[in-house]
Amino acid sequence: MSTARAERLVNLVLALLSTRQYLTAERIRATVPGYADATSDEAFFRMFERDKVELRELGVPLETGRSSVFDSTDGYRIARRDYELGDIDLAADEAAAVGLAVRLWDSPELTGLAGSALVKLRAAGVEVDTSGSGIVQPRVRTEPAFTPVLTAVQQGRPVRFDYRRGDSAERRTRTLEPWGVVSWRGRWYAVGHDRDRQAARCFRLSRVIGEVRLIGSPGEVEAPHGVDLLGLVAGNPDDDGGRVSTARLWLAEGKAAGIRRKATVIGGRALGGEPGEEVEIELYCMDSAARWIAGYGPDAVVLEPDVLAKTVHERLDAIAREGIRA
Amino acid sequence: MKAVAQRLPRLLALVPYLLARPGIKIDDAAADFDVTPQQLRKDLELLWMCGLPGYGPGDLIDLSFDADTVTVTFDAGMRRPLRLTGREATALLVALRALAETPGVLDADAVRRAIAKIESASGEARPDGVVIDPGVRESDPTASTRRSVQDALTRARALRMRYYTASTDQITERVTDPMRMLIVDGHGYLEAWCRRAEGVRMFRLDRIDMLEVLDEQASAPPDAEPMDVSEGLFPPRPEHGEAVLVLAPETRWMAEYYSCEELDELAGGRLRVRMRYGDEDWMVRLLLGLGGDVSVEEPVELAERVRSRAIEALERAGHLPVTRD
Repeated sequence: MSTARAERLVNLVLALLSTRQYLTAERIRATVPGYADATSDEAFFRMFERDKVELRELGVPLETGRSSVFDSTDGYRIARRDYELGDIDLAADEAAAVGLAVRLWDSPELTGLAGSALVKLRAAGVEVDTSGSGIVQPRVRTEPAFTPVLTAVQQGRPVRFDYRRGDSAERRTRTLEPWGVVSWRGRWYAVGHDRDRQAARCFRLSRVIGEVRLIGSPGEVEAPHGVDLLGLVAGNPDDDGGRVSTARLWLAEGKAAGIRRKATVIGGRALGGEPGEEVEIELYCMDSAARWIAGYGPDAVVLEPDVLAKTVHERLDAIAREGIRA
Repeated sequence: MKAVAQRLPRLLALVPYLLARPGIKIDDAAADFDVTPQQLRKDLELLWMCGLPGYGPGDLIDLSFDADTVTVTFDAGMRRPLRLTGREATALLVALRALAETPGVLDADAVRRAIAKIESASGEARPDGVVIDPGVRESDPTASTRRSVQDALTRARALRMRYYTASTDQITERVTDPMRMLIVDGHGYLEAWCRRAEGVRMFRLDRIDMLEVLDEQASAPPDAEPMDVSEGLFPPRPEHGEAVLVLAPETRWMAEYYSCEELDELAGGRLRVRMRYGDEDWMVRLLLGLGGDVSVEEPVELAERVRSRAIEALERAGHLPVTRD
């Protein structure tokens, strides 16, 4: 932005903040330094229009209206109560949280937005240290679809996007009335009413292809009162948590360190002439346990339960019989 | 932050910023705004030319300069910063919520107080449109590891630890000089100089099986640089292996979990990908566990290794006294 334009815009903000009357464009042209440079009416209006757009994009609340019934055109002013950030005073530990939060995003766009929020907080007198030598550095990953979907949630607008399912090549355009955005286990989901399925659905944002289009008008979508967004993504948390079962395995001597560190050795035992130990281990989910144990091949053999031994056997058998060469 | 695009917001914020800090050093103010002191001086000179209609000596913003400090003596009515836009408030508040849900970074109560104050000052409480939940609770052993790591970082102490390396499936003891802790997607990592490997390494906290904070001062070499994690924690390296795989519908999820480049959609909902891996033994374990729902097109030797491991495994299990139908 040129110095002349920056100066003109600052003067415009100051003039509109200091007036109770609506100032007409003509009045602004005659008063605020910089506009006199416009050589024609057309040049002035073009300049003034661009300036209004610039200020509105920054979030400056320009009000339009007429100060008296005798005014023939609308004028402008800025209501101080809408312009000014409210009083804020952060304790040291609260300010430390803000200092970390502004560095949390991995997206340049969100980092930039958090940064401009920080500039305003500092201007409100808050001291925030972001010098960066913090010993703990959290990061939050986002998807390109995150910002448009969140905007739609906040404006109450439906969205349309192309989506592919996790387990097939199917790609389909979906129309969603979004109720919220949920981060669960480090992944982002859009949750809402799926117009095509006529039911509540969640969509993983990393599977959205291309652009998210906001359709409809603001306020069209309203989340049902008290809806449990997290529950829709995570399912019933009591469902699979806490179901522990104990398994006994044979491990080859000095092998399968990943299993060994979670297991308790019961005693030495050879299997097919190979020295090793029998161990006991607590498992939470049989299916992922079978995958994990099968990965160790001949270094880990399931002794019991039988159902786990069978699942592991099936996996290995499929490979041994058919191979995995394409 | 780009200085040019940010100039007008900065100009609008500068006067209230200076009002709150009479006599502040120009260098300090420049650092807070992430610009050079020269740029900040230019901004101040510009503001000095601005003011209220009339634009006489008593109407313009007035600043008094010292050799290296500045004080606002007339603010022309610009006493408070512009309120946060909806997007700015969201970016900051969602980040704060993520912090409140991440164990061990900050006192969650302080984060929640900050959220409440910012919501109240920005005049629009953010809607309930965002929920952040790590989904995985930090286990007690990991929480205790995290506290010890934080203690070592705070007091700059070396650490002795027993660590499980998932890629090579090995447990090793090593002494490290902690540099920082990262928390990504709910997992905590210690970045440290590893004296054994003589390099900077990333250690996942839940894979540290034993930890001892030593009395010895942490002393990472001065040239030990923290990793650039902007491309993720495990950026591609030239020594990584590559495989071309065909994923059955049941294993398409791999394309999202691992470092894969999607090549072709095939009949029957199968997907051909190129996948990068750091360690071949790790890759063999992964493929063995997937039990034939993934086929390997390249390299052929990888497919052969997986198959011979499967055959060996069946032979060994065949030595069990129990017969299976």
